[in-house]
Amino acid sequence: MADINHHIPESLLQAYATGSLVHPFALVVAAHISLCTECRAGLEAHNAAGGAILESLPDEPVSDDLKVRILDQLDAPFKQKPVYERSGVYPGPVMEALKGAAPRWRRVGMGVRQSILSAGQDGSVRLLFIPPGQAVPDHSHNGLELTLVLQGSFSDETGRYGVGDLEVANQDLEHTPIADAGAPCICLAATDAPLRFKGLVPRILQPVFRI
Amino acid sequence: MLTLTHDPSPPAYRPQILEDKAGIRLYKDKANVSNQSTVQFSEQTTLMLAVRDNRDRAAFAALFDFFAPRLKGFAIRSGAKGGQVEDIVQDVMLTVWRKADQFDPQRAQVSAWIYQIARNRQIDVMRKENKPVPEELHYEVEDEPDAGQILAVEQEAEHLKKAISRLKPEQRAMIEQAYLGELSHQDIRELTGLPLGTIKSRIRLGLEKLRHELRGIR
Ligand SMILES: [Zn+2]
Repeated sequence: MADINHHIPESLLQAYATGSLVHPFALVVAAHISLCTECRAGLEAHNAAGGAILESLPDEPVSDDLKVRILDQLDAPFKQKPVYERSGVYPGPVMEALKGAAPRWRRVGMGVRQSILSAGQDGSVRLLFIPPGQAVPDHSHNGLELTLVLQGSFSDETGRYGVGDLEVANQDLEHTPIADAGAPCICLAATDAPLRFKGLVPRILQPVFRI
Repeated sequence: MLTLTHDPSPPAYRPQILEDKAGIRLYKDKANVSNQSTVQFSEQTTLMLAVRDNRDRAAFAALFDFFAPRLKGFAIRSGAKGGQVEDIVQDVMLTVWRKADQFDPQRAQVSAWIYQIARNRQIDVMRKENKPVPEELHYEVEDEPDAGQILAVEQEAEHLKKAISRLKPEQRAMIEQAYLGELSHQDIRELTGLPLGTIKSRIRLGLEKLRHELRGIR
């Protein structure tokens, strides 16, 4: 596994562990943890804190028959949720979002392609395909943006990001990620607000392209 | 072997399940090779290992007695209503039984493991969405589990519990709210840190060992 230098900030990891992160970000965090021992250990540490709180809660008496009902079901058949394994560069949680299928890429211009995994009120999460040497067009955003590299690497004003690295950008950061030479860069990117690309597609068309 | 009863009183506490019988794992303290005595884990770990390795219903019932009332309180505080509350308790306890093979005391204490199951379930039920979860680590348990690692994780979890109980009341209340799902992501940004460093490094040691084992079988 490649060396990972850019990890999940503590507050985001805690928000993920405690379940207060919106779905698009939670997917990126889960994908990073799938690749990163450091952050997996961090998640387990937060779970330990959650476990300590759980143990300290006062008893809330349960219905008299709840235990019997549960014990009676121990041997009952149950539907297992499908488990999506890692496939190629895509970690399990991404494969789950893709429902096990390959990404359906759409061109957004200048060789850049995207595959939207989900888009809604909570924000959006997509896969981006950026040819080597190509810039993701200069953009700014009005919320938080998480970008996880799955293949290749990119660099911007804040540093170089290789496989497994996570870039956290907020509204103060005006940055221009450029895919490094070598393999095309594939990223998982989530925002809690619609991206505003400058000079790529007129603003008015953005809802159509959903970028 | 205890027989399963539906007696609401908790089953007798059985401190030693670690006998050397066919099909039962023997836990030895690797840290002390000259004296290979079996080691004593916490009651919860012992019960959960009995559930995992022996499908022990009495051990499961004992875990139910401790955790179900707390899981109910947890579900209520996280906003579940009416029938949802005990449905969540039931789903979580059934998951504890069905996914027991994913319990790994080298990485997580019983309460930490159950906390994660409960929080994920609450989100699934209340937001009607699946919380994305990381890939499970699967590995062959050919090697004896490292009893020293299990004990160290238990010990660090105890330290953490003590540290939380010593926090100032307002700070403790804030941490409680956060882990019980009562705070938004934005509020959490303001949270002062918990002493999570030592337990994290200990868990990482366990994970790194696991990674080597994974490499070995690939
Ligand atoms: Zn990391």
